[in-house]
Amino acid sequence: MINWRSTLAIYRNELSRFRRTVFGSIVSPVLTTSLYFIVFGAAIGGRINEVGGVDYGAFIVPGLLMLTLLSESTSNASFGIYMPKFTGAIYELLSAPVGVAETLLGFVGAAATKSLILAAIILTTAMLFVDYTIAHPLFALVYIMLVAASFSLLGFILGVWAEGFEKLQMVPLLILTPLTFLGGTFYSIDMLPSPWDKIALANPIVYLVNGLRWTFYGQSDVSIGVSLGLTLAFLAICVAVIAVIFRTGWRLRS
Amino acid sequence: MEPIPQPILDIRGLTKVYPGGLKALDSVDLEIRKGEIFALLGPNGAGKTTLIGAVCGMVRVSSGTINAFGEDLARHWRSARQRIGLVPQELGFDMFDTVERQVGYSRGLFGRAPDANRIEEVLRSLSLWDKRGEEIRKLSGGMKRRVLIAKALAHDPELLFLDEPTAGVDVELRRDMWRQIGALREQGVTVILTTHYLEEAEEMADRVGVIDKGRVLLVDEKDAMMRRLGRTEAHFALAAQLPELPAVLRDYPVTLSDDGRTLCYRGGDGTGKGKAEVAAVATALVQSGIVFTALDQKESSLEDIFVDLVERQGLAA
Repeated sequence: MINWRSTLAIYRNELSRFRRTVFGSIVSPVLTTSLYFIVFGAAIGGRINEVGGVDYGAFIVPGLLMLTLLSESTSNASFGIYMPKFTGAIYELLSAPVGVAETLLGFVGAAATKSLILAAIILTTAMLFVDYTIAHPLFALVYIMLVAASFSLLGFILGVWAEGFEKLQMVPLLILTPLTFLGGTFYSIDMLPSPWDKIALANPIVYLVNGLRWTFYGQSDVSIGVSLGLTLAFLAICVAVIAVIFRTGWRLRS
Repeated sequence: MEPIPQPILDIRGLTKVYPGGLKALDSVDLEIRKGEIFALLGPNGAGKTTLIGAVCGMVRVSSGTINAFGEDLARHWRSARQRIGLVPQELGFDMFDTVERQVGYSRGLFGRAPDANRIEEVLRSLSLWDKRGEEIRKLSGGMKRRVLIAKALAHDPELLFLDEPTAGVDVELRRDMWRQIGALREQGVTVILTTHYLEEAEEMADRVGVIDKGRVLLVDEKDAMMRRLGRTEAHFALAAQLPELPAVLRDYPVTLSDDGRTLCYRGGDGTGKGKAEVAAVATALVQSGIVFTALDQKESSLEDIFVDLVERQGLAA
């Protein structure tokens, strides 16, 4: 039986932490995304007319949104659980009547909420630079929520695993960001010469970016079914890993 | 005959072996009675914090059972934890958050409905009400420790663990905390505290347990322990040097110092026998014409008993 009051307490506490750092949390991604639109959308995009019938500036919107979603979801959730470990406040969580369900819904729910707020801000910012449409808005919302939840779960695992701030930053900076850049954020993989177009398919982020792009423009480099299936599989794996973490107390209980 | 009340906490054969092989708890048996203040004494690394961690869910036990409120803690951990509070040794909270919000968070985390009146009551009882809007990082060390206590009390626990509650706080605050712990007992809260300050245990505890190297060496009523293991020590400073122990003192546990100028009595059992014997020794000296210029007498404290127990255990090991 889930303890909803505890869940809500964790969720609100995390959002309160977010509110305290709201300036940095919002200004930084908005500024970064704006720069991407200026550099890639206006400067470079001016020389590329359309990709698959979509204006280049609009084409990169889903990719940039995915870039922010992945990095923010992972970072928010990893900091959310790592900070109590770092400050010693984890004792309270461990001694409270909360299990895996309350902890996940609280921490991951809050991290995903932050990501969704950011996604809305990014999409609003994008409107200032380019005209874009969303072909399947409901599907887009569900997909964004799914990705935010999945990478918040990944962030939670990283936060439990990390024993220092360096490790905490390692995966988002050294793995996620490069893979997102190489995952078709700024180009269609059809534009890559052989064999790179085939090699690119080994990058899991390609499926995420293209899944979101499909919800925007109804077309993508890979099947939406495959994208959705892989995202759900990733989410399931993360939940399973976290369940094991809680059952064994790995890096949480001594 | 009145039925024996069920212990609020019943620990049986609790053992914790860390991956490196360190046995932090070694078949610990311990019963805590409802409404009492129980002091767990032990040197650094004795296993006090591990024992608390095992009950509160921070430590995975290797073997043994813990029953809390009459139920197996391993199976009914959710309901049990709602009724347990913990004040840890180390200051651990979100330093950038405000006092009132953090205390409210703790109440919610333990599954209790928001209650502004109760939070105010807790904050006022700990002299934190005026600081409720302050960021915790801006408070003094003593005030931060009070916030930890407020957080632990926010969900109205029936069983409260205080791990070295007064470590590093000044004397005034320590006395203040003792008063607060006394007030908690009056409200029916069962308190288990670990401490280095034996004065603290002597002042507050109903029962005392001594733990060392993961084993509980002794558990007893504090007063009974003082009576059973208490000793009287008296030093008679002699006006003139004695060549040997006077014959009239041979029946008493008295020794003569090497320089022949001090007689030392060590005896008694905490029931007053020691004091009576010291008076008898003084009378015997006067009657024998042996003049003493000073008498220094003291009853052994819990600290003496504790040190003696741990030392004896060390020798036996």
